[in-house]
Amino acid sequence: MSASQNQVEAHGGPNTGNHDGHDSHGAAHGSMRGYVTGFLLSVILTAIPFWLVMNDVLGNSTLTAIVIMLFAAVQIVVHMIYFLHMNGRSEGGWTMLALIFTIIIVAIALAGSLWVMYHLNTNMMPDPHRM
Amino acid sequence: MMAKATAQAAGTAPAFYVTEEEHAHPGGSTMLGFWLYLMSDCLVFAVLFATYGVLGRNYAAGPSGADLFDLKLVAVNTAMLLFSSITYGFAMLAMDKGRQAAVQGWLVVTALFGLAFLGIELYEFAHLIHEGATPMRSAFLSSFFTLVGTHGLHVTFGLIWLAVLMTQVSKHGLIEANRRRLMCLSMFWHFLDVVWIGVFTFVYLMGVLK
Repeated sequence: MSASQNQVEAHGGPNTGNHDGHDSHGAAHGSMRGYVTGFLLSVILTAIPFWLVMNDVLGNSTLTAIVIMLFAAVQIVVHMIYFLHMNGRSEGGWTMLALIFTIIIVAIALAGSLWVMYHLNTNMMPDPHRM
Repeated sequence: MMAKATAQAAGTAPAFYVTEEEHAHPGGSTMLGFWLYLMSDCLVFAVLFATYGVLGRNYAAGPSGADLFDLKLVAVNTAMLLFSSITYGFAMLAMDKGRQAAVQGWLVVTALFGLAFLGIELYEFAHLIHEGATPMRSAFLSSFFTLVGTHGLHVTFGLIWLAVLMTQVSKHGLIEANRRRLMCLSMFWHFLDVVWIGVFTFVYLMGVLK
């Protein structure tokens, strides 16, 4: 334990696997350049969807919906990298593993709910001829 | 327990001992634990998003998103949250350099942007309710107020946490425990901004689309 901590404090070793939070996080706070890059990217990735919707640029709401969802997905990744400092190495990879697990559960919850409820609505719609 | 009982029997102040050597580094696993909490919070929001996704078009002959939402207001709100995110980032950079006054200054700016966000959101809610678009009006509005309101509650508690931490920092300085707490709030605050990306895209922008 103490040997691996020394390694981390010296920023010399590849072993960031120990969970001593403070020293191994010292370098993970990001930098001014990182925050400003993330901020500028976020401004661009926010402004374009608002512009697309407010001015009805694409003229097709399904296409617009897909495009703005892609922008949202990219911006979430930008926030994860530049603001939340996600990478595969912090906490020995456990944060990334937890994130991947959460994304899978979120995808199942969202896609599953929408899928099931869409079919439920379609199939359970009252049929005037049978009433 | 034995030591404590003996000490009290002798009429002196009770003494407590750390019995497990592994916990010699307090807060060593706090960041991972807090991240896991954020992930579970993420699931709460996923469920609320799924509910809104299912019910978001059930207007019950009431107003739709296109009738109600003012995208300019939402854009201003988004900007407030984004500004508060980067000013919190500046506070963290100042913390790395150990500049306490700069940390407090940036935290004040962050709190002001957060309050502006909350104020605009409350104004929007009040406006909707005044127009009769209450949570009771339709399934769409029930799920809308639940999702956006839950996010707003998170921001409210984030602001309370921010005020508490500013008091802590002014009292004890940038000690290790306060750095750890500021780092947790940093993750919480940026996480709320990530959730807001989903809200303004999925609820507001797509709600205005036909």
